[in-house]
Amino acid sequence: MDLKTKRKFTNKVALTLSVGTMVFGLFWLAWILWTVLELGVGGLSLSLFTEMTPPPGAEHGGLLNAIVGSLILVGMGTLIGAPIGVLAGVYLAEYGRTTLFGKVTRFVNDLLLSAPSIVIGLFVYALIVANTGKFSAFSGAVALALLVIPIVIRTTENMLMLVPGTLREAAFALGAPKHVVITRVTLRAARSGVVTGVLLAVARIAGETAPLLFTSLSNQFWSVSMSEPIASLPVTIFQFAMSPFEDWQRLAWAGVLLITLGVLGLNIIARVALRAEKLS
Amino acid sequence: MTVEATAAHTREPMPAKSKPSRKLGSLLFEGTSTGFAILALVLLAGIIVALTIASWPSIRAFGFDFLTSSEWNPPAERFGALIPIYGTVVSSIIALVIAVPVSFGIALFLTELSPTWLRRPLGTAIELLAAVPSIVFGMWGLLVFAPIFAKYIQPALSATLGKLPFVGALFSGPPLGIGLLCAGFILAIMIIPYIASVMRDVFEVTPVMLKESAYGLGCTTWEVMYRVVLPFTKTGVVGGVMLGLGRALGETMAVTFVIGNSNFLSSPSLFMPGNSITSALANEFAEAGPGMHTSALMELGLVLFVITLIVLACSKLLLAKLSSHEGGR
Repeated sequence: MDLKTKRKFTNKVALTLSVGTMVFGLFWLAWILWTVLELGVGGLSLSLFTEMTPPPGAEHGGLLNAIVGSLILVGMGTLIGAPIGVLAGVYLAEYGRTTLFGKVTRFVNDLLLSAPSIVIGLFVYALIVANTGKFSAFSGAVALALLVIPIVIRTTENMLMLVPGTLREAAFALGAPKHVVITRVTLRAARSGVVTGVLLAVARIAGETAPLLFTSLSNQFWSVSMSEPIASLPVTIFQFAMSPFEDWQRLAWAGVLLITLGVLGLNIIARVALRAEKLS
Repeated sequence: MTVEATAAHTREPMPAKSKPSRKLGSLLFEGTSTGFAILALVLLAGIIVALTIASWPSIRAFGFDFLTSSEWNPPAERFGALIPIYGTVVSSIIALVIAVPVSFGIALFLTELSPTWLRRPLGTAIELLAAVPSIVFGMWGLLVFAPIFAKYIQPALSATLGKLPFVGALFSGPPLGIGLLCAGFILAIMIIPYIASVMRDVFEVTPVMLKESAYGLGCTTWEVMYRVVLPFTKTGVVGGVMLGLGRALGETMAVTFVIGNSNFLSSPSLFMPGNSITSALANEFAEAGPGMHTSALMELGLVLFVITLIVLACSKLLLAKLSSHEGGR
């Protein structure tokens, strides 16, 4: 084989392998989604949304308390975390863009963004659960909020950076003080990007299990109290999937279907919104 | 769209307020946002301090032995973290061995081979893989993938790689499905999107002129990628790999489902069930009695956090180095 044929051959092999890896990546996504649909749809029924999690062996049962618990936890987590994240993001983009403190905060925030979520659970346990002496929905919401903050800081900062400086200068030239410029000009211009960041954060925490295991724990019964342990979809799925009972596993698959649809749906909505924003 | 809206808005006269109250508003706003930025900074320090305090009894009782002892015995209050640390490291290495070449292939496909109209949908599909909650990977891994893994893939590995000298021991033993190898494999699938998307981003920053010159000299696509783009972006590529490693080290639920949760390690085989730091925490923490057991688990968490922070910090610094390097050109 002469050099030219050899080089062409190597190129062919490499490019074929490259196509192969792409197929490999998509294969797992397709397989997982197919499994979730196939096994999840079987567990879907009205009672899923109207009945509590059953004891093993019971004929009826749903995931009502887990669904409501998840909504409460995710809602509270977002309510606590998003405003903090947005304001800190505003600081990084508007006040501390070039300061040393800004740079350090940006670096630390990037670390927190990828830090293991289970460690956040341990931290909240040490901070709240160990001091109050019991697992509570509130501590779960705090753990989720701590996961929301870095994501929202990152997206808010990025979106504010995209706002052209001329817009700010125009507002300053009209005599507006800095906080008015930020709240009424730059934040408004970046509004949909900021909202997208919050949506992505919601999608991320909706599927989080690890930080809830030792903060909100779980609850087999109906509870909406913030000071009691509360059921959540991911933790319930974890318990039911690891169990040997078939009816529990069926419920777990239905729960997995709900969570996957919710999380992927939110992701797609956020991406589409972001793209529309960038194009306009 | 919002540009006109805001411009129209700012044309309205500013509310006539006395100067001091406007100044106060400005100060308040700047103060709050600075405060929350400090909060993010304090959070990191707070986690380390809180975990250190909580694990202090264990640190004092076991000292350095905690990291080297393989005895994990809650009733006797003897704790050593060697097996969970080994499980975490080994499963992450397996994940990297599989994920790095695959991610490179995907990034190559997305930047050089794919037709333009397919780039975005395919890129999004790969990124969606990262959005699938880890508990879904875990349940799928345990109930769907592991049985198939045990039936087809593990016997095939034993029959081929298992016959080789030295590495053969890694692929021997009963095909149980769940175990270190299975955990590493699923971790690989989970970190591919992270590594691939960093690689794609850094490949895209390679100056077109550089690539075009190589093509002009008659290089094939593969030669351009391997000899021009890859050397140009190598710090960024390593940064992306480190980011994936950081993710793999801290991944909890998927690993907990499939690693087998065994605190004994009797053979070097990767088919054996093991334990990782995260799975030990997920399984034992809520049931652990207060005192030494909780404290030892806290120390495990601290070890994990410190390792991940180091890996992630390296990743960020390498990526920052690439972008400043690029700016200098």
